[in-house]
Amino acid sequence: MATVLEVSVRVGRRSEAVLLVFACAISLGARAFVDANAGGGIGASFGVYAIAVIALAVAAHMVVRLRAPAADPILLPAAFALTGLGLAIIRRIDFAYATRDRVTHFADTQEVWALVGIVGAMLVIGLLKDHRLLRRYTYTAGVLGLVGLMLPLVPGVGREVNGARIWISLFGRSLQPGEFAKIAFVVFFAGYLVSNRDTLALAGPKVLGIRLPRPRDLGPLLIVWAAALLVQVAQRDLGASLLFFGLFVAMLYVATQRISWVIVGLALFAVGAVAAGTIFAHVASRYDSWLHALDPSVYDSGRSYQLVQGLFGMASGGLFGTGLGNGSPGLVPYAESDFIVASLAEELGLTGLMAVLALYLVVVQRALRTAIGVRDGFGKLIAVGLGFSMALQIFVVVGGVTRVIPLTGLTTPFLAYGGSSMIANWIAIAILMRISDLARATATDAPLRGSTAAGLGRPPVKVDAAPFVDAAPFVGAAPDADTDTDTDADTDQEVTR
Amino acid sequence: MNEPIRRLSAVVLLLFLALMGAGSWVQFVKSNQLGEDPRNVRTLYKQFGSFRGPIVVEGQSIVSSVPVNDPFNYQRTYANGPLYAPVTGYYSIGPGRSALEATENGLLDGSADALFWTRLGELVAGTEQQGASVELTISAAVQQAAYDSLGDKQGAVVAINPRTGAILAMVSTPSYDPSSLAVHSSGESNRLYQSLVSDQTNPLINRAIGGDTYPPGSTFKLVVAAAALEAGYSPDTVINAPQELALPLTSATIKNYGGERCGPTDQITLLEALRVSCNTAFAQLAMDLGWPAVESMAANFGWGSGLDIPLKVTPSRLPDSPDAPQVAQSAIGQFDVRATPLQMAMVASAIANKGELMKPYLVDKVRDPDFRVIEQTKAERLSTPMSPDTAAALTVMMQAVVNQGTGTSAQIDGISVAGKTGTAETGLDTPPHTWFVAFAPAENPTVAVAVLVENGGDIGNEATGGKVAAPIAKAVIEAALANAAGGN
Repeated sequence: MATVLEVSVRVGRRSEAVLLVFACAISLGARAFVDANAGGGIGASFGVYAIAVIALAVAAHMVVRLRAPAADPILLPAAFALTGLGLAIIRRIDFAYATRDRVTHFADTQEVWALVGIVGAMLVIGLLKDHRLLRRYTYTAGVLGLVGLMLPLVPGVGREVNGARIWISLFGRSLQPGEFAKIAFVVFFAGYLVSNRDTLALAGPKVLGIRLPRPRDLGPLLIVWAAALLVQVAQRDLGASLLFFGLFVAMLYVATQRISWVIVGLALFAVGAVAAGTIFAHVASRYDSWLHALDPSVYDSGRSYQLVQGLFGMASGGLFGTGLGNGSPGLVPYAESDFIVASLAEELGLTGLMAVLALYLVVVQRALRTAIGVRDGFGKLIAVGLGFSMALQIFVVVGGVTRVIPLTGLTTPFLAYGGSSMIANWIAIAILMRISDLARATATDAPLRGSTAAGLGRPPVKVDAAPFVDAAPFVGAAPDADTDTDTDADTDQEVTR
Repeated sequence: MNEPIRRLSAVVLLLFLALMGAGSWVQFVKSNQLGEDPRNVRTLYKQFGSFRGPIVVEGQSIVSSVPVNDPFNYQRTYANGPLYAPVTGYYSIGPGRSALEATENGLLDGSADALFWTRLGELVAGTEQQGASVELTISAAVQQAAYDSLGDKQGAVVAINPRTGAILAMVSTPSYDPSSLAVHSSGESNRLYQSLVSDQTNPLINRAIGGDTYPPGSTFKLVVAAAALEAGYSPDTVINAPQELALPLTSATIKNYGGERCGPTDQITLLEALRVSCNTAFAQLAMDLGWPAVESMAANFGWGSGLDIPLKVTPSRLPDSPDAPQVAQSAIGQFDVRATPLQMAMVASAIANKGELMKPYLVDKVRDPDFRVIEQTKAERLSTPMSPDTAAALTVMMQAVVNQGTGTSAQIDGISVAGKTGTAETGLDTPPHTWFVAFAPAENPTVAVAVLVENGGDIGNEATGGKVAAPIAKAVIEAALANAAGGN
């Protein structure tokens, strides 16, 4: 018993518990400010909510303790804090809309989705004993991803909202299958790339100094990828096509270690971006409203209204924000979803925005750290795919709101209103925790894979605990974890087969 | 695969640094510039969303900020809006601010220097900025009496306490309701504002002090009489008063009202000339005195100078170096002589106050949110247009006007009222502007009044100052005297 306790301390469960206390404090503190400043006072509903939040945190922590005791201790609290903060801000926006005579119940709905998301994540942790099991479903995932992506185009099922046809109606609720397709594609890419990376990297003709893969190796990948991109272009879902493209290039690069793919990818992207701007009027209009957002003619035409209103909101927040409940986030269209970052930045200021970005960065870097830590190539690619897609998604949506890049519609993970995104991102967190559990339990302890050590529960993790606890730089920080780049291919083969 | 992952995490770091940089750019570097953008309604919310101090008349808030549940947090409300609109003005997200809402804005919204310590306290305590309350000199009863007796007529009334210059009433009709301009919809308030602007009756103009200044007609004879008395005339001095006065340099003549004679002969006393408002006598008198004497007397009364009461007062005008026939026309308040009702009230006020003209003012006290007085207006002498003897003589002459002259309809039982009528020609086709300026009680004046009714009021071409304006002045004086008796 004593041994078990000692081990669980080292792998960070206690850290996780402490961090969860902070996450609960952030969630409940934000909600309390919203209720007090905008909701006419803290009432009985706050007590119920507080109990639910704390109970959920305790339950999630217990599930992790039982089912993934070595999992990364930061992922769960970080996602929990972001979710709680998002719920508070969405509730605040309900109040903001109410003062503008618009009755909404976004927060009530989103609370249910958050519950479903967290419970779903715990189910994944509980039921998925090893992430490598997912590799069996490589092609299934690819097909499911494509089907899910195409569903909104099916007449009668799909719904078009604000020009983007990315929704389907299911049991009277609308669903964004693209959010789940993202995970499915990560699984497909990872499974396919890990099996074919050597042939992709080494076999094939050399053109202009770049070794091109043989068509039969790259074929399935290209078909799925091109189909996905085509569907998204047809759906006018610019943000998602950008995300998928970036995800694909990144995973291909990690799998093959060939920088030439990145160059080809970026070149293709540049061509695609220019071509889309020339061919599609709606893309050209996006560019225009990005570059000339404050131009009166563009603003008056309404094209940059949302973007500019978001900027006004953020500007009024300044360094420290107006305080939760004291700003006017309701002025920005879709303040609860696409522009929730502007709402947050208005009321919590640049400080709040920085804190949230840092929180996201921590989640993403923990995912990438997990990818480095885990030994099997499939796990590496999944962790990279999930982590990088989250990073790219945040960049696309926050960059769109802050005018770094043209505005495209994507949800802000955990924060924005939307059930599909909430559930999908929590599932992604669950998969990452599952991978990190394996990575951290086995990082320095090769014999675990042998028969003897496995039965004894977790091995001592003296050496690996250190690099996980310090959140230090990723480049060259963990000498223990990447002992054998060359044998990656071998290690993953042997476990799943 | 670890090396590419490390590179990828460096790329991720760069992406996030770009976002953080962009956030700093928007929220720090460009924050002020975006905040000042006229399309940013948040600036409006900030400006219009704080608690604004009330405007108070005799202890009652006539304008106040009421908490409401909308993005502005407070709704500016005007109790009895049209009655006080010329004084209070409006406070609107559409057309902005006017009148006291504009001139006292810094005090009302709490940003004025006088409220520095209050603001510091609020900052320390973390409470929101609160504005000061502005207490007016207006007397509700006098204001109401003036407004009611003007009724549907277009015109203005100003009542002043001659000893201090405190303005007891300032009414302009037709008026408007600032409450309707204060709605929290810029579209709606702008629409209403535009309809008020294009309204032919100009409800937004405070006729008492601004807009179109009016020919003062015979009320200007008080200025000529004062100049004459200062030049050595007495009320009993006999002057020429022909039935028709032929003007030099021209074939034009000046006639009396209705073409009548001023007296049994062509010679009457100065007192008599004022009592019957004899045009020919005053035209001749002004020519005899010379324009400089009249001009300097008028300037001492305030002609030609603007005033902040603290509302901006349009300067009343005099003709620029008129020739003899123009001087004759000017003496009876025609030609290029123009005056605001406030200016005429100041003439009455100076005569009533033994020749001393007190500076008119509207704001009595300003109190900070803790009800401490931070500003108190002191009575201030503006000028001394005449000696006490001249003032006394003019008072006697003006009493004659009310007792047996053109202003008999201003008589009040038991009170001696001093007054002067005016009926100013405005053109061949339009009815005359009618005036009455007065003060009472004559022996110890507590109120000086000027009444202007545009274009004959409700009786058209038959209108005279005595018929139309004098009864209004009477009602206002009665209200003021009743108020003074009750109040003190």
